[in-house]
Amino acid sequence: MDDRPESEPRQERVPAMQQLLDNPFLLLFIGITIPTILYIVWGVMEIASIPVAP
Amino acid sequence: MTAIDVSHSGLAAARAAFRTCRFTGLKVDIAAQRLIMANAVAAVVFLAVGGLMGLLVALTRWPAVHLLPSEWFYLVLTGHGANVLLFWIIFFEIAILYFASAVLLGSRIATPKIAWAAFVLMVAGAIMTNVAVFQGDSSVMFTSYPPMQASPHFYLGLIIFAVGALIGVGIFFATLVVAHGERTYEGSIPLVTFGALTAAIIAVFTLASGAIILVPTWLWSLGLVAEIDPLMYKVVWWGMGHSSQQINVAAHVSVWYAIGALTIGAKPLSEKVSRTAFLLYILFLQLASAHHLLADPGMSATWKIVNTSYLMYLAVLGSLIHGLTVPGALEAAQRRNGYTKGAFEWLRKAPWGNPAFSGMFLSLVMFGFIGGISGVVLGTEQLNLLMHNTIYVPGHFHGTVVAGTTLAFMAMTYYVLPLIFQRDVIWPKLARWQPYLFGMGAGGISLFMMGAGTLGVPRRHWDITLTDAMHPFDLPSGGFLMMGLNGLAAVIAAAGGILYILITVGTVLWGKRLDKGEAPLTFPLHKQAATVAEYGSHATVKLPGTIILVSVFFLSFVLYYFVNWKYLSEIWLLR
Ligand code: HEM
Ligand SMILES: [Cu+2]
Repeated sequence: MDDRPESEPRQERVPAMQQLLDNPFLLLFIGITIPTILYIVWGVMEIASIPVAP
Repeated sequence: MTAIDVSHSGLAAARAAFRTCRFTGLKVDIAAQRLIMANAVAAVVFLAVGGLMGLLVALTRWPAVHLLPSEWFYLVLTGHGANVLLFWIIFFEIAILYFASAVLLGSRIATPKIAWAAFVLMVAGAIMTNVAVFQGDSSVMFTSYPPMQASPHFYLGLIIFAVGALIGVGIFFATLVVAHGERTYEGSIPLVTFGALTAAIIAVFTLASGAIILVPTWLWSLGLVAEIDPLMYKVVWWGMGHSSQQINVAAHVSVWYAIGALTIGAKPLSEKVSRTAFLLYILFLQLASAHHLLADPGMSATWKIVNTSYLMYLAVLGSLIHGLTVPGALEAAQRRNGYTKGAFEWLRKAPWGNPAFSGMFLSLVMFGFIGGISGVVLGTEQLNLLMHNTIYVPGHFHGTVVAGTTLAFMAMTYYVLPLIFQRDVIWPKLARWQPYLFGMGAGGISLFMMGAGTLGVPRRHWDITLTDAMHPFDLPSGGFLMMGLNGLAAVIAAAGGILYILITVGTVLWGKRLDKGEAPLTFPLHKQAATVAEYGSHATVKLPGTIILVSVFFLSFVLYYFVNWKYLSEIWLLR
């Protein structure tokens, strides 16, 4: 498959997991989205749907 | 990422001044160094104020002493929470973020001027809130639940502080970009920096939640908003209140790894595994905020359980992984250092006289055994009923945030002083004892408050004899005993805290200067200390000591968990 001479650095494919771990802004995005949706948005929706006392 | 104006960034890069640390060989940006110093000094000042208030609170809750009158008790309790939990810890964390980005990556810090502006905002905010507390109209506890209302500048101070801290976190991200763009490191960032990144990510969510809820609350205190819904407030506020504890966890786990590297040359057993554990924090740790609402009607059981059980346990898994890999990395390093006999020579021959090491190890053990186990118990919906709003809760979090985070940060200070302030630690004999003294006191207050809480003693309560109460109630005498023991432990913790303050301030002012001459360090670094700034693992499975320690931990965990279910089954009359 790879017939380049040994001395040349091979273009290794970086595994997906490492790409994720090496990308601070992707991590930032996920780290904010998950709690915002599961905790804040869902929580606020539950409070908003509590019926008001007559 | 190199899209930032190259000519401008080139100019800034050329202008940055560096020195080379003669102990570690690390390249240190002078601007970053000054910022780390300023933030660390501010942290220690607020610890001194807040710690003293903690002692006053504990002495008031010691039934035989009952020091302060009730108005002062609630004032001081409010000041204690804000000064230690928010100001001490977050100032120190900003110092850690600057250290883990600029220093460990050998980069200049991004926009030092803005970083100074952030620092000024944080100081101004912290002072403003303290002024409000001391004026006496804001004894609302640091949680400031409406409908209790504080003075407007109580909230405004917190908002300004949070904005400053958020800018500091932004500088951390910007420094990552600068270091990447200017290629100051190769490959992936070191593990300690990755841990700091985890803390920074959680911090963005934390500080944003804080701003979102405190701004309307501030407007409400000014009379511009008619009402703040108490439940809505609690949900969003705990997005800050709880998540900020998770910044602490990510930060002090990074500190554990860093001190392991600095004192005994420890490398992670597996970069991949440790990073994945941090990733679990990023993904799930913040959801645990919901455990503060387990007793609130209005939130559905589904919301509570999804957030605090199913997903949160994945974050607990992250902690269990660190609980294995940190001692594992220490054992592996000590075995490389030649301590290979039996299961525990590595631990017996560890540098116990070095306060950085002893503080780190005590923090690791107490965070796991006291803070960690009690946290999982409290965070379980059914078991929460047993201890909700008792003094068990402060017992638990003094195990995490005092015996864990505060002790770890104290330990780190013994290297911040020589490596960043370039002053050798004064009073080495006393410094050697400081972590043990503070650790014993912190462990004590945690355990005794937990004990008292198990017996029903409420938290935030000035008089547990309930003399003036309409419905008299007799708490078991064991509860009073526990509160007395808590007072004693508080005196020990305060002694350890005061010693820390004296050593730190004394060293900054009068410690032997290390920037000139060849003087060695009083508490030496390992010869491979520079590994703290490198990517790389040392994989090994020959860790008998760690396996034993971790098994003891699991056994205690399981036993304690089931004891509590048993206890619940006895008082829950659902037969
Ligand atoms: C000398 C060391 C300390 C002592 C003796 C101490 C003692 C106490 C006591 C007795 C309480 C009151 C519990 C109650 O009445 O409900 C308390 C509350 C608290 N402590 Fe500490 N503490 C110390 C250090 C710290 C540190 C370093 C932190 C944070 C990093 C901390 C965070 C808190 C918080 C957040 C509260 C709750 C305040 C509230 O309920 O509003 N403490 N502490
Ligand atoms: Cu919490």
